Amino acid sequence: MFILFESLDRDNRGCLSPDDFEALGGLAMNPIGGRIMEAFFSSGQDTVDFSSFVRILAHFRPTDRNRNKEGAQQELPSSRTRKLKFAFQLYDMDRDGKISREELLQVLRAMLGLQVTEEQLQSIAERAIQEADLDKDDAISFDEFKKSLEKTDIDTKMSVSFLK
Amino acid sequence: MLNDVTEDQKNNLPVFTMNYPRIQIPFEITLWVLLASFAKIGFHVYHKITIWVPESCLLISIGLIVGAIMHSVHEEPPAVLTSNVFFLYMLPLIVLESGYFMPTRPFFENIGTVFWFAVVGTLWNSIGIGISLFAICQIPAFGVQDINLQENLLFSAIISAVDPVAVLNVFEDVSVNEQLYIVVFGECLFNDAVTVVLYNMFSFVAEMPVVEPVDVFIGVARFFIVGLGGMAFGILFGFVAAFTTRFTSKVREIEPLFVFMYSYLAYLVAELFAISSIMAIITCALTMKYYVEENVSQRSCTTIRHVIKMVASISETLIFFFLGVVTITTDHEWNWGYILFTLLFAFVWRGLGILVLTQIINPFRTIPFNMKDQFGLAYGGLRGAVSFALAFTLPDTIGRKQLFVTATIAVILFTVFLQGISIRPLIEFINVRRTNRNLETINVEIHCRLMEHTMAGIEDLCGQWSRFYWKDKFMKFNNRILRKILIRDGRAESSIVALYKKLELQNAMEILDTASGNIKLLMTKKFLAADLRNIHDILSKNMYKIRERTVAYRGKHALPNDSQTREILIRRHATIRRSLRPRSFQSSVSYLAQFICIILINYLFCWEHDHETLSEVAYPSQRSRFGKPARSSSSKAMIPLHRLGTLEEVPSTDVLNEESSSTGQGVFRTNSSYSDSRVPHPRRLYSLFDDNNSEL
Repeated sequence: MFILFESLDRDNRGCLSPDDFEALGGLAMNPIGGRIMEAFFSSGQDTVDFSSFVRILAHFRPTDRNRNKEGAQQELPSSRTRKLKFAFQLYDMDRDGKISREELLQVLRAMLGLQVTEEQLQSIAERAIQEADLDKDDAISFDEFKKSLEKTDIDTKMSVSFLK
Repeated sequence: MLNDVTEDQKNNLPVFTMNYPRIQIPFEITLWVLLASFAKIGFHVYHKITIWVPESCLLISIGLIVGAIMHSVHEEPPAVLTSNVFFLYMLPLIVLESGYFMPTRPFFENIGTVFWFAVVGTLWNSIGIGISLFAICQIPAFGVQDINLQENLLFSAIISAVDPVAVLNVFEDVSVNEQLYIVVFGECLFNDAVTVVLYNMFSFVAEMPVVEPVDVFIGVARFFIVGLGGMAFGILFGFVAAFTTRFTSKVREIEPLFVFMYSYLAYLVAELFAISSIMAIITCALTMKYYVEENVSQRSCTTIRHVIKMVASISETLIFFFLGVVTITTDHEWNWGYILFTLLFAFVWRGLGILVLTQIINPFRTIPFNMKDQFGLAYGGLRGAVSFALAFTLPDTIGRKQLFVTATIAVILFTVFLQGISIRPLIEFINVRRTNRNLETINVEIHCRLMEHTMAGIEDLCGQWSRFYWKDKFMKFNNRILRKILIRDGRAESSIVALYKKLELQNAMEILDTASGNIKLLMTKKFLAADLRNIHDILSKNMYKIRERTVAYRGKHALPNDSQTREILIRRHATIRRSLRPRSFQSSVSYLAQFICIILINYLFCWEHDHETLSEVAYPSQRSRFGKPARSSSSKAMIPLHRLGTLEEVPSTDVLNEESSSTGQGVFRTNSSYSDSRVPHPRRLYSLFDDNNSEL
């Protein structure tokens, strides 16, 4: 993994800056590339050192199913909750612990872009919030987010086998 | 004298004649098909049977009975099952159905595993069984020393063709995890291709007196050419088919024809060049499906699906039926040793093969197969139609053909009956990992899409070009280039939007269901003027598609001209839009409610006639698995029709015409042309309109 880090670190400062991320063409074209980048730079710093880099990428390790029996699952960075938390943070840019309608709209706009009209986007966002919002505060909290995805197999979707 | 002559030459005009030989062949074929179909109806009369005994078993049993009857009257079974008939008419239909209804997303996620098991697994099986049988042949006690290695290999290639139709049904009922299902499905499909290739290769080799190493290399090279060539042809034909359907908006009636003709053409052309026709037709169906389903009308889409299912079902039924008949009526050559060892080896080698192959491929999978999955895979290796046909059509130059046929039939009967019946309790007993039938919600769809983008980005970061990356790249290529060429208006519709539309429609149906005519209940959702406009924009966009179906046919070959109805719709639309603007909240809602009701009644009409298409629009790929939920919702759709009976009926169309002139309700004018008057026109709606019209 350190090799990877080094290959990304263009100016060899021992840490990554936003320019290094942007140099990756694919990530720049990705509709939520910006948000992924934001996730790496936690709490207002503008550099990422190796340990935080690894910590973030650890979210994507495939979950080891056999550990279910021991109670140790919650602390593993790759556990289902942590993966969900990471995904939640991609929506929640202002880190207030809730996905508001505006944030959801922004993500939808980024992903669907030119294909749909603004009205449709609004309706879709409206519906999404109505489906998930159980405490009627017009925003999706982390628990509501988790609940709406409880039947989905997150572990498959958010794992990179290379990281095992 | 003249009288005598005329009397001699005069023949009585026959009142009643019979000319059987003329119609014999089509007549007999029809009778066979009908008989097999009656058998199918019969099975479902008693539900419990179909749960415990797979359909193929029942069909074979009926075939056995019929065969016994025929044998006792010393009749010969019709000699229809020749090599040509099977390979040119029956097999392509079965394979087309499998290819068309393959769930694409899980398939592409597991494509490596599928090909691994199909290709390497089949090779392992055939070579293993062949060599061990050859070893057995050396033992003089069994009296089969005259079978040489080539013939043994040929036989083992026949035996390794897996056909888990029965198993797949059980898997669906028990909802085993998606990975297992798709691997068994995919393996069966592609292993047919591999088997046929091996069969051709070995039968060619069997006729050669001496095999040299160079031939082995040529064989391997040929294998790759055959496989990849088949795929290339399939993709080519698939694209051509998609391109053709782009222009078929004026000739809707023959749209399904294109799908069938192109697939069949792919198959035949591949046969012409002796490359894998099964691969060709499968890839053709896979490529074609995605684009064609966007281009063709809803009706054509339904037609295509139903016809494919129907002919595939007939084909398969006939094959199993023949199996039963032929079992009784042919002369068998029974050889205890050979046959028992064949059974044993088939079992053993499959089990071993799965074990070894899984160990090798598990590290490459994100979800490894556990022991239970492997058991399911190994035990699900039933033999079926393809083995039977291949054995039956062996060339007569093979000395021990009858022995091979008998052995094949024995293996098929054994696996189908024993494994087919016991697999259900076993799977439930060992508790194979189940899948969750995902509740379709917008949230899940949006979040999954987000995750896919995330994963593509992360993989980019890691410099790892794996699944998500390729999928992302392909989707971009698809959206930018392919869709523009192959789809009629090139408007990309995201799956999120499609799902949203579908869910909104479902909700609207549910509202009508529970409201039972009480329109006020629609006010429970807080509507703002902007929302109203949004919602009826979206609904009207949907309506454009639905319009095609509710207008009466004018002639046999002409489909309805919808330009006129579209105009009416636009006028109607404008009326409602105008009325919505300066209104108070209350009446806006009631307008919208009326509008929704009109639309819903439209939908109800359509849903009454061909319901399943709507639920299939958004998720055609899931149809084969989730056919059951679709059916239950169609029964739900029927309920609203009865509830509407509480409203008064409007008997005459004069009332309708009156109304339509004032408010432009071309909608109902055209609907009344239907003779089916089961849906009574809601009079209450009209009275509401009257009230509001006076305010206009």
